[in-house]
Amino acid sequence: MIDYIVAAVTALLLIVGSLFALAAAIGLVRLPDLYTRMHSASKAGTVGSGLLLLAAGLYSQDPAILARALAGFVFFLLTAPVSAHLLARTAHRSGYDLGALSVRDDIRDR
Amino acid sequence: MITPAAIIAVASSAALVILGLALILTVWRVVAGPTLPDRILALDMLTGIAIGFIAVIAVKTRFSLYIDIAISLGLVGFLATVAFARFVLSRGNIKSKPSASAANGKTQKRRAGGKKR
Repeated sequence: MIDYIVAAVTALLLIVGSLFALAAAIGLVRLPDLYTRMHSASKAGTVGSGLLLLAAGLYSQDPAILARALAGFVFFLLTAPVSAHLLARTAHRSGYDLGALSVRDDIRDR
Repeated sequence: MITPAAIIAVASSAALVILGLALILTVWRVVAGPTLPDRILALDMLTGIAIGFIAVIAVKTRFSLYIDIAISLGLVGFLATVAFARFVLSRGNIKSKPSASAANGKTQKRRAGGKKR
């Protein structure tokens, strides 16, 4: 019985995680400029790879491996906003423009 | 009766197909992306998808050492993105480069201003 529950939860995590990664990739292709693409990749991409890692940790049925997978997920959750913010700040400072649909640029003069 | 192994086999194969689709879309952004930061962002996303692939393979083969590999790949990907961002910053502003020496002076001044703030 416990095997079926673990298998079902792992399968659900695998499908949902890969669908999140696909959503991030579609956002990366379809969104108009770097700053909106950054938002798609850093949020949905992090959740996608984190859920897949969690599925791998859960399926091993070993607390040590699950703890390592959880630590990896927390690490991605901590570093993805940092790298995306750094990249966006750098691009804005080096003069890459916002998309044509943007109406407001709050840090233009800083 | 469906066995748990069959559920996992079907789900991991579906996840591999979906991740492959995401990989193709992201590679298209790396190739086509109009600016350098777009390509850097797509490479960062590519690292995330590679981590997902490694995790799915870890489930498929029941070889849990792959999880450590995925974690270290995430660390390397983060450091690569930070290093690429530093590189974009060190190139200076793309809008003001009439000549090489003038662009160099602008970079110097910009860097000094950044330090003061």
